[in-house]
Amino acid sequence: MLAPVTHFSPITLVRRARVLPHPGKVLARTGQQVSALDVLAETNVNPEYQWLDIAHLLGISPEKTERYLQCQAGDQLARGDVIAGPYGISNRVVRAPKECRVILAGDGQVLLEGTAKPFQLKAGIPGDVVELIPDFGAVVETSGALIQGVWGNGLVDYGLMAVLAKRPDHPLVASDLDVSMRGSVILSGSCQDAEALQMADELPLRGMILSSLSMDLVPLALKVRYPLILIEGFGVKPYNSVAYKLLVTNNRREVTLNAEDWDPYTGARPEIVIPLPAPGRTTVPVEIDTFGIDKVVRVLRVPHSGQTGTIISMKGKTMFPSGLRANAAEIRLDDGNTVDLPLANLELIH
Amino acid sequence: MTAIIDAESILVIDVGSVTTRAILFEVADDRYRFIAMGTANTTAIAPFKNIGEGVRLALDDLQRVTGRVLIDSRQQLIIPAASDGTGVDRFAATISAGAPLKVAVVGLLEDVSGESARRLVQTTYSDLIYTFSLTDHRKADARLNMLVRSRPDLIVVAGGTDGGASKSLMALLESVGLACYLIPELERPDVFFVGNSELADQVSASLEGIAAVHVAANIRPTLDLERLEGAQAALAKIMGQLRVEKMSGVDDLKIWAGDEGFLPTAAAFGRVVRFLSSFLRDKKGVLGVDVGASATAIAAAIDGELALGVYPQYGLGSPLRKWADGWLFDEISNWLTVEITEDQLREYLFIKSKHPATIPVTPEEFAIEMAVVRTALQEALKKARPGFPAQLLSLSASGLLPFEPILATGSVFSRSPGPAHTALTLLDGLQPAGITTLVLDQNHIAPSIGAAAVFNPLLAVQVMDSSSFLNLGTVIAPVVNARPGQPVLKLNLVNDNGQETQAIVKQGSLEMLSLPYGQKARLSIQPFHRADIGMGAPGRGGSVTVKGGVLGVIIDARGRPLRLPKEIHKRQEAYKKWIWSLGGH
Repeated sequence: MLAPVTHFSPITLVRRARVLPHPGKVLARTGQQVSALDVLAETNVNPEYQWLDIAHLLGISPEKTERYLQCQAGDQLARGDVIAGPYGISNRVVRAPKECRVILAGDGQVLLEGTAKPFQLKAGIPGDVVELIPDFGAVVETSGALIQGVWGNGLVDYGLMAVLAKRPDHPLVASDLDVSMRGSVILSGSCQDAEALQMADELPLRGMILSSLSMDLVPLALKVRYPLILIEGFGVKPYNSVAYKLLVTNNRREVTLNAEDWDPYTGARPEIVIPLPAPGRTTVPVEIDTFGIDKVVRVLRVPHSGQTGTIISMKGKTMFPSGLRANAAEIRLDDGNTVDLPLANLELIH
Repeated sequence: MTAIIDAESILVIDVGSVTTRAILFEVADDRYRFIAMGTANTTAIAPFKNIGEGVRLALDDLQRVTGRVLIDSRQQLIIPAASDGTGVDRFAATISAGAPLKVAVVGLLEDVSGESARRLVQTTYSDLIYTFSLTDHRKADARLNMLVRSRPDLIVVAGGTDGGASKSLMALLESVGLACYLIPELERPDVFFVGNSELADQVSASLEGIAAVHVAANIRPTLDLERLEGAQAALAKIMGQLRVEKMSGVDDLKIWAGDEGFLPTAAAFGRVVRFLSSFLRDKKGVLGVDVGASATAIAAAIDGELALGVYPQYGLGSPLRKWADGWLFDEISNWLTVEITEDQLREYLFIKSKHPATIPVTPEEFAIEMAVVRTALQEALKKARPGFPAQLLSLSASGLLPFEPILATGSVFSRSPGPAHTALTLLDGLQPAGITTLVLDQNHIAPSIGAAAVFNPLLAVQVMDSSSFLNLGTVIAPVVNARPGQPVLKLNLVNDNGQETQAIVKQGSLEMLSLPYGQKARLSIQPFHRADIGMGAPGRGGSVTVKGGVLGVIIDARGRPLRLPKEIHKRQEAYKKWIWSLGGH
């Protein structure tokens, strides 16, 4: 059975195709070294069109406007540039209301496209641009530690990581934060405290890694200006032991947070990359795998949600307390307990 | 083999958003039979982003189960079947995987053609992102901005009775054409024209070179007549084509299946329900519900006239992400039989949205899942009901919609711990009234039957009659204004051996009359307090022939609409009793 895979990898080759949501202009070039915040491509996701009724504005018939038009389709105009006119004894003119491009001109009307601030696609990870994707983006590659999360607030940034979580279940409260953390990325456990998120924004932090977050705080988490990544999910959940160990051993290292939302179709996931020199040939992590004995897994839902362990035997159809039957595996959890769980409720850890 | 059966074996691939199934039907004793099914994870999502691998694995599984070789050394499907027994004679495919289509609707009149177009759009996996009409008071540039920014996959244009309005419709089309022109070519939407038939050529010509135009019969040929069938079939094909363009690996399926044999899963399911309604001719409708990870689909048909509603927002996979933000919490809470915090419910919904293949292990999680299924069923039915065929609605003078049978499909039902849980979930979610039969599609093959039925409609009826479809039981559900505990029905069940079972049913109860599976019996029903059991008028009783299901005959006198105890402990007690009454635990 094919298994979903999540990476908590101490060293690997991270290769990410970064693509625009809509076609646009690729700015990166092959071989370019980029930081996580460098823009690879941009596109206009919210074009703003405006019809101008030239005939009405000049006070003439649509048929007459042709001879007073000062622009044509394709022209780029600055704010105040004359679109049509002058006409009449008062030398009436129609001017561009803002910086724009003329899309259509004729029949007494002009359609303008405002020059809006484009959506900029950031690299998300530091590394080398190894391939361009025409009209959409580029592939960036780097080596380092890779830790994948389950939720992110959509932002990207990087900074030195400060570990506040002395244990996997350390709860983040506002009093944990002080001015010495300004500009850093903090690692804490579960957060149920709105004040802590706000204070982190005021300092400001460059990023926050949490094991879990109260669902009530999601609207606030989407407003803060630093990237926030959850490793386990919502509610009160400690870190699984694999992710926790990996994260704390990288204390005071520069980490990059790409907190993009998880999209199963594109494969985009919130991720933490800690750039590290590759010892020899590092390979791209395994993305396709199947369940089997001795493989390390994480439990996806209750009971034992978030816990990691090792498959010690594969079982056939097994009946669970819910009354449902499913293919299962016997797992030795990291806390020493042994449990039977459906394969459908497990993911492999690489 | 009889002449009417012209293919001996039919293979259907069903690509769901969680599971890909390879289903084999074959002719045995002059009848089509469901032979076996192979399954695999769907690989539409990363890291594959190509459904091909899931299809191959499902076929491998089917080959392993049946011992029959279906794929040759070049990984090509062997079709037609060879004399050595390898391959299959026919192939069909259905697909529900993938994000819903983003659809914009442009109609002349908001509540006439606009309304019909919206209903049309609901017959496939779609997300209605934008509508506008002549009566829209937004400025032209505001409408243009919204249409361009919403980047639809498809724009449905409706309006104008046949021979009616043309000028205003062509003006609307100018805005559509302009929006298409302004959207980058790589993302340009298709346009589907279902308005005034006389303008079809003009519409195609005006958008030539700007957008791909599809045309179907006017869905509103006169002001008071809505006709969706032709457009619905065309939309199913457009949907299939857009899946080919946007999802890797689908093109191979379509090449194998051909134009006619490739359908969205919900359309195939609708086809089964329609065939059944034509075949059964019971003066009642057939109701089908398909609860899947991508969507919940409701199909209601009578005498071959189908109303299909596909509701991605009530799918039990990624759509639950929106539920996790608090949507429908009150509705779910009404069905819950376990005490959980709002955060626990959100966590459940979030995890299920990200990992739709996961299953409940504890009884508590199972209770949450079933509360969500009941909510999805009820909300989807609420949306679908106004669009049910007029003939069916005209039969519901007393508010009872007469269905025979109610067919349920979806892995949430087929993997249920037992028939009692499945039946109770359906009774709660659908709240059927009168007399009906609950039928469970045990292997989740109904949509595949619909797809395969393109080669031979007989297959639908013959396979439906097989053991793959489990009769859960005949249901008697009176509608009555009575106090809990008051007798509402007197029943006398006489089986083929002349054995009699009598029962007095009290308001508020859920009971089961024992009748062996498949055995027929005569059931006399005498209502009290003017209880309506769908025999023509409130208080009217009579005799009906009933067939025993796995739960015999179910008497659901809990009331319509069903009002559950507000206190959770009382609700827990009630459910414990009801499950017990149906022989479950």
